[in-house]
Amino acid sequence: MEIEPAKKYIYSDIELDREEGQVIEDLKAQSQQPIPDPDQWLDEELEQNILLTSVDALINWGRRSSLWTAICFPACCAFEMIAANGPRFDLARFGMEILRASPRQADLMITAGTLTWKMAPNVRRIYNQMAEPKWVIAMGACAISGGIFASAEYAVVPGYNRIIPVDVYVPGCPPRPEALIYGIQMLQKKIARRKNIDVRKILER
Amino acid sequence: MTVALSGKEVASKIEEKFSGSVVESTPENLVVKSDQLLDVARFLKETGGLDFDYLNFVTAVDYYDHFEVAYLLSSLEHNHSLMVKARCYDRENPALPSVTGLWQGADFQEREIYDLFGINFEGHPSMKRIFLWDGFEGHPLRKDYI
Repeated sequence: MEIEPAKKYIYSDIELDREEGQVIEDLKAQSQQPIPDPDQWLDEELEQNILLTSVDALINWGRRSSLWTAICFPACCAFEMIAANGPRFDLARFGMEILRASPRQADLMITAGTLTWKMAPNVRRIYNQMAEPKWVIAMGACAISGGIFASAEYAVVPGYNRIIPVDVYVPGCPPRPEALIYGIQMLQKKIARRKNIDVRKILER
Repeated sequence: MTVALSGKEVASKIEEKFSGSVVESTPENLVVKSDQLLDVARFLKETGGLDFDYLNFVTAVDYYDHFEVAYLLSSLEHNHSLMVKARCYDRENPALPSVTGLWQGADFQEREIYDLFGINFEGHPSMKRIFLWDGFEGHPLRKDYI
């Protein structure tokens, strides 16, 4: 008995051609006018370029939105810091993915690790070389109080605040990258409240 | 795997050359007189069959009445090792001969022992503190420190 061959495709070639032609006709019908340039607003001068703000808010926004970190990683907290900089936690979201090898281009020092008295003058020197304004985050137990090395006080500095002024303390041994990021956000809030013009000094003149 | 030589066997070889220089010998290690340490070390390094051409580490222990300085020696040629020790009974001014002339790697480690235990290595090219700063009082790894 002869078996009828099954139908090769659901649609025949003629039907497919007709479908394709319809898609092209529809697109052509929709595309009779050129699409306007989305950046055209840049040419309108005044309407888009007036920003009403205070000087403080503007300067603080600029400062807190791109904190660049000086490299000061004497010990193991550095690895959490590096993880926070990596793709998973991505510090670049806060405009601070760059770790500056030169303290002169940095405005934030994240002190990730134990500090010995022998190393302390060098950390002080790095801090002094950073340009104003500058901030410090003490990261981890060692940076806050000496941590597990606090009993070995003959060689370990009991907290970076003996050497340099600290703005934000991030506890943990070591702190998770989330904790560090939270500490950075705290610092950003702190910077946002900063007054850049000392009104009292102006009134004294 | 490195073969740890028996201290007793090596001690008998040393006794042939320098009689009375071995204080104590066990299968694990051998203790030599501190004033003959340098001679014994040179013998261990330069004698064929022993050829201890590599110093793994130098370290020290405080046993209250004496300090013990331990040297782990290896031979890269024969792949065997030996623990040699020397004792210092003077707590006020402990001193030992330096082995930096034989094994350069001892340089920083002898300075570390000087820094933390106060043992003076005579003949070391620059016997000064390495971890702690110049002017630090005392030697922190001594048992009577604080």
